[in-house]
Amino acid sequence: MDIAFFIELGLDIASAALMLTGAVFLMAGALGMLRLPDFYTRMHAAGVTDTLGAELIIIGLMLQSGWSLVTVKLALLGLFIFLTSPTATHATANAAYKSGLKPLLQRFRPRSPDDNGGAS
Amino acid sequence: MGRRLLYGVILTLVLAIVWLLLSGMWWHGIITGLGVASVIMSIYMAARFGVIDGETVPFTNLVRFGSYWGWLGGEIFKANIDVVKLSLAPDLNIKPVMTRVGVTEGSDLAKTTFANSITLTPGTVTVEVEEGGFLIHALDESFADQEAFIDMGKRATRAADGEAG
Amino acid sequence: MFVTLVDFAVLGMVALGMAFILARLFIGPTLYDRVLAVNAFGTKTVIFLVVFALMVGEPAAIDIALLYALMNFIATIAILKFFRYRSLEVALSQMALRRALDGEDD
Repeated sequence: MDIAFFIELGLDIASAALMLTGAVFLMAGALGMLRLPDFYTRMHAAGVTDTLGAELIIIGLMLQSGWSLVTVKLALLGLFIFLTSPTATHATANAAYKSGLKPLLQRFRPRSPDDNGGAS
Repeated sequence: MGRRLLYGVILTLVLAIVWLLLSGMWWHGIITGLGVASVIMSIYMAARFGVIDGETVPFTNLVRFGSYWGWLGGEIFKANIDVVKLSLAPDLNIKPVMTRVGVTEGSDLAKTTFANSITLTPGTVTVEVEEGGFLIHALDESFADQEAFIDMGKRATRAADGEAG
Repeated sequence: MFVTLVDFAVLGMVALGMAFILARLFIGPTLYDRVLAVNAFGTKTVIFLVVFALMVGEPAAIDIALLYALMNFIATIAILKFFRYRSLEVALSQMALRRALDGEDD
């Protein structure tokens, strides 16, 4: 057993953990987008949980791909997503606010857990 | 003038490096020629728009931004877990609020960094930029903490404007 | 093999998320819900593409993912601009003017 094998194994495990966490965040964001009651709350689930999930998956892939040009491209992709995602979310929110879409501002608590909140 | 020339040179170098990294070809007659042409074109257009200044070439304070982004990453991770817990709880129980945060000092870059940081942190989104501050929509009361916003604003200003700001 | 299994799991979860977002895209009551859904769908497409490209060993597809990420952002902004001004031929200076006029109307 040489040391390179263990380094490889450690990198694989770390990247697997990062990618699975990221995928869980992506899925949770999508599910939240389906369940939350109005546009402004859905925005939190969609625009933002996405960013962390995407970044985690990209970092996991970077660990997996080793030191090459692919890593640099993945880093650039991560940087683009990190910079454009909040801008797009803010643009959507601002457009909705300017057009007069009123946010829901009271406690939201559906009776049954099966109610996916689309009824509000 | 000298400063603008310096920014132009830095921008040229950065564009050339990005082009080389993305194409992965160090020397190939036509393609390298096209790359050089595209870099020259970009620089020419940037100069014609008159946008070659410290805001388009923010590579002089990358170290400060790096440490700020490290701190922000930690905050994003913590807040994200809260948002996921809230939105996946079997019975939804949220109270969305709109709140205002005052921003008076700092350059445009500092304000942009602050607003983008608020949007990046899960649970809070900057909805509107007003005269003396931002209008923020928060997913739940627990995210609309004025102290945390003011702390983040101070850090963003320090990252963008230096220690004095 | 371990890495391929993880890739498969991630692809499956991302695809499930995409299905949820498609549902929101179809039922979303307002225009902005749909724009948001399209944007989130694009992000997930990029991630799907990158993971798939590395899984089958075709790194050139990452360039396509890069392009898609940028196009996704531009498309979101263009859709929002179109539905605000009902035209794409509005210059930036006129946008400021119209915003001032809209402000008086509100």
